[in-house]
Amino acid sequence: MTRFLLTRLTSLILTLLAASVVIFLVVEVVPGDVASVMLGLNAEPEAVAALREELGLNAPAHVRYLTWVSGLFTGDFGQSHTYRVPVSELIADRLWVSLPLAIYALALSTFIAIPVGLIAATRAGKATDTGIMGLTQLGIAVPNFWFAMFLVLIFAINLRWFPSGGFPGWDEGLWQGIIALTLPAIALAVQQASIMARVTRSATLETLGQDYIRTARAKGLSQRQTVIRHAMRNALIPVLTILGLQFSFLLAGAIIIENVFFLPGLGRLIFQAITQNDLIVVKSVVMLLVFAIVTVNFLVDVAYAAVDPRLRRRA
Amino acid sequence: MKRNLIIGGALSTLFTLAALLSFLWTPYDVTALNIGAKFGTPNGQNLLGTDHFGRDILSMLMVGARISIAVALAAVSFGILLGVPLGLLAAARRGSVVDEIIMRSNDLVFAFPSLVIAILITAVFGPSLWNAILAIGIFNTPVFARVTRGAALSLWTLDYIMAARVAGKGAFRISFEHILPNILNLLIVQATIQFAVGIIIEAGLSYVGLGAQPPIPSWGRMLADSQTMISFAPHLALFPGAAIVLMVLGLNLLGDGLRDALDPKIRRART
Repeated sequence: MTRFLLTRLTSLILTLLAASVVIFLVVEVVPGDVASVMLGLNAEPEAVAALREELGLNAPAHVRYLTWVSGLFTGDFGQSHTYRVPVSELIADRLWVSLPLAIYALALSTFIAIPVGLIAATRAGKATDTGIMGLTQLGIAVPNFWFAMFLVLIFAINLRWFPSGGFPGWDEGLWQGIIALTLPAIALAVQQASIMARVTRSATLETLGQDYIRTARAKGLSQRQTVIRHAMRNALIPVLTILGLQFSFLLAGAIIIENVFFLPGLGRLIFQAITQNDLIVVKSVVMLLVFAIVTVNFLVDVAYAAVDPRLRRRA
Repeated sequence: MKRNLIIGGALSTLFTLAALLSFLWTPYDVTALNIGAKFGTPNGQNLLGTDHFGRDILSMLMVGARISIAVALAAVSFGILLGVPLGLLAAARRGSVVDEIIMRSNDLVFAFPSLVIAILITAVFGPSLWNAILAIGIFNTPVFARVTRGAALSLWTLDYIMAARVAGKGAFRISFEHILPNILNLLIVQATIQFAVGIIIEAGLSYVGLGAQPPIPSWGRMLADSQTMISFAPHLALFPGAAIVLMVLGLNLLGDGLRDALDPKIRRART
């Protein structure tokens, strides 16, 4: 297990390093002069020169890269050009919206998808199964922001059960925060739940065909007991991998959904940064997203290996 | 199941035909404003109603279909043209440094969700349809590389490949003459799936303003425009969204159907 951990950890670090190089190249080297991009075409040459000075753009690229990366380690992400506050502060504020949203959506989709997938698998070929599979096909095809708009129309505008957007902040109480994140989390969860339900179904079907399941049934366990005690455990292994993949989809999806609900999360931050040409913010937020995705997938791999010893050797 | 193939094929054909027809004819001119007829609900003249400028929604959806299909098609082609040769190369040089580099680069791209790639590109070059294609294309590339490599690897162990090698064919010729034709089915299925993914990503990008720019009509932008009017004119949001759902559903069903039809071996374990 130690060897497995070391190999995976090395590849995690290499991926992150490579990602940071790519992001740096795209944002700082490819466009030529970052200061002119940030200030736009009509900027005064003096202003551009001043910004170059302020951002330390006169240093060679490799020095700037090293400054940026070592800053990431110490939590110094630079200063936002438009907000005039440290990027780390901006990110920390917004993370308290985006992260709970992603976790809320992940929890919702898991709690819906696993039972639904199990039910479909145990009723394979029957009307319930066909119905569930049809619904999941539909769930995969529905764009989450479109679904979100109708959630707002029905549950916020007509029924007034939830706010149509905005976020009161966690200071207003946990409950208020959860209420504000509920519609966005549902919108995010639908597609993920559909995918996960399908994976759960096929993984369960696969385990249900195994000999030890027949043995369990033969020794007198009911179908329900067999599924819960034996099939589910093994079926959940592939589901676990999907969970890691989904996290990255959820983060990306959250970027759009936050815009539908006007939530002050990382997604809103990054779009504001784009419209204001605040490349300093874009660079670090993208790096943070990639970091989160790669790290979650690493953790899933480790969890996976802990559950299934065969995988440790393959690494 | 034949049913998937028929429904999926029908839906995909319907949208493709509508997009093609829009080059020759649309019920109304999509640029013609008719403020007097704004927010019209579906009626005999405007089958799907009119928008806040009085434009015919059906006509806009038909023109929008062109954009969605063109972007997704271009992005899939990008992914295939780059990803398939890389996958073939990795499989031909399996276990070598080249293979390792290709696969690690794949992992690297996988760490960037399509939207994040689009954000990076847009932040630097500005929003445009081309940048959307580029972003989705980059996102597609490792998908095709991985599928190709995986399928090609299992073929390389087979006897008839060995025979070709004994006959003196090089890895390049074997890859294109023997491996590629035999994994074509798999690639067609994957292309269909990525096509659907592309449609949904394009809609999302256009919705947040990173895709098609005005005045090009696009499904995603129609949804963005309709958002503030959803309380009194929900049909403005309903139809473009339904178009996306039906198109994506159609392609996904088509992909499933093709997979079943083309490869009997994977008929059982479907996800």
